[in-house]
Amino acid sequence: MSVRVLKPGLLTTVQDGGRPGHAALGIGRAGAMDVPAWRLANALAGNTQGEAVLEITLLGPTLCFERPAVIALTGAAVAAELDGQPLPGWTCCRVPVGAVLRLGGFAHGCRAWLAIRGGFALPPVLGSRSTDLHAGLGPFDGRALQAGDVLPVADAAALPALPPGDALHVATWQLDPRPWSDDGIPLALLPGSHRDALDEVSHRALFDPAGFAVSKDANRTASRLDGARLRLRTPLELVSEAVLPGTVQLPPSGQPIVLLAEAPVTGGYPRIGQLAAVDLPRLVQRRPGDAVCFRETTLDEAQQRLAARQRRLDRLLAAIAQRLDTPSHGNA
Amino acid sequence: MTRPGIRCEAIAEDALLLRFGERIDVAVSAAVLAAAARVQQALPQLECVPAYASLLLRFDPLIWLSDGDASPHERVQAAVRAALEATDAAVAAPRMVEIPVCYGGAFGPDLDALAAHAGLDTEATIALHAGGDYRVAMLGFAPGFPYLLGLDQRLAMPRRADPRQRVPAGSVAIGGSQTGIYPAELPGGWQLIGRTPLRLFDANAASPALLQAGDRVRFRAIDTDTFHRLAETEPA
Repeated sequence: MSVRVLKPGLLTTVQDGGRPGHAALGIGRAGAMDVPAWRLANALAGNTQGEAVLEITLLGPTLCFERPAVIALTGAAVAAELDGQPLPGWTCCRVPVGAVLRLGGFAHGCRAWLAIRGGFALPPVLGSRSTDLHAGLGPFDGRALQAGDVLPVADAAALPALPPGDALHVATWQLDPRPWSDDGIPLALLPGSHRDALDEVSHRALFDPAGFAVSKDANRTASRLDGARLRLRTPLELVSEAVLPGTVQLPPSGQPIVLLAEAPVTGGYPRIGQLAAVDLPRLVQRRPGDAVCFRETTLDEAQQRLAARQRRLDRLLAAIAQRLDTPSHGNA
Repeated sequence: MTRPGIRCEAIAEDALLLRFGERIDVAVSAAVLAAAARVQQALPQLECVPAYASLLLRFDPLIWLSDGDASPHERVQAAVRAALEATDAAVAAPRMVEIPVCYGGAFGPDLDALAAHAGLDTEATIALHAGGDYRVAMLGFAPGFPYLLGLDQRLAMPRRADPRQRVPAGSVAIGGSQTGIYPAELPGGWQLIGRTPLRLFDANAASPALLQAGDRVRFRAIDTDTFHRLAETEPA
């Protein structure tokens, strides 16, 4: 069983939960840019083991399913057609053999995740099937998908609840994507080690509601922000130290950089903030030109919001698994 | 952190950063590496990322939650403090890794420029670099790229004004007061003085990086024939 890539889209990569535990060797985590969206896509497809999915950026791929498959799409709403029929997101779909899925552009947001029942059976590298474009690690030697690529799919027990047939079959229920979508709110920023080194004007500019916009120079490693150029009171001579996804760095250009899932392991720029982890999925949906503004937060608040989201996610994952086990779930 | 000279900062929901100093310094780096070894041994569930003057500790906040008032960061910090204060714990001596290097020629196109910069002849430059006692302070930039401390300061040389788009894998190089080895073909601005036939990084190997932070390193000058012979024995 496999999926053939007819057109690759703008930047389609294989991603799972990433490659933690190797940062001391200079190896970053990579992984899906939005962990809840990745987990929900897997759950909707009937996967429970953190399987690898496709991460789609700005313009989706065209894929041919060489066997019947069960798939699910989450993330921002991407135009999706299966053999000419619209394919809804945030639900469980069975697609027939030979079906061609065309994923197009996004009305809002810029990333979506496509999971397939069984997951992609590509060889893991250091315990992960995530693509690390910068380090060249992971499936296809760490590159984005190209036309002609064939993605093997692991065998998985068929979902008994989905009646056999040779047409597209969509579950009668759908998740509400709103709690998992970017609502455009200000992003919460923890203090960074060198925040106090910003001059007064720059400190105000960092939290200006008119804020910043994502620069066109954005990728899986970082979002650069256009807007006020921030300045330090006096230049800092820093030596490289560990950085994380969410770390906000200030290079000499004065243009802040927010590191994302494919963050390098170390960096030497002043760190002027750390994006609250719960707000990272919001930022990754902002495309070049979209507004970004920050508000101050505390570690306590950031942790409480993260824990609350985790509880919501765990409840939802359990509910999806239960629903997929219920024989009637697929009935129209 | 109660230990003198170590500043502890909660930099993220799942991370603490311990700072041991502000600059690239052999003694500061040694303190970081000793702390990393102790913490890794006592608390293997933490991910330790040593850098020149700091140590990142990354943890799973859910594991470190408690019923009491202490936050996960406070609990990790207390456990780390206990690990650093446990003087009875034996920490293994650093490994010594010998790296064969073919200096100069096509493998080290900047060796002559380095010699001129140092005011030495080529042979003396090679002898000075190969005679050094180095330690891996950290890995970064790319998987398996070691930043080595211990370069004789006569060999310090600024990076190239025009970085190369492609530096071959195995290139031994000098950037400022540091020396390092490119583990893969990468863009880079360091001065290239030689090349090792050893493979520094292999994602599919049981131990993917040849060098780890804390390792001691010595270079051994080899000729071109030895380079090619050794290169043949390295896994592809």
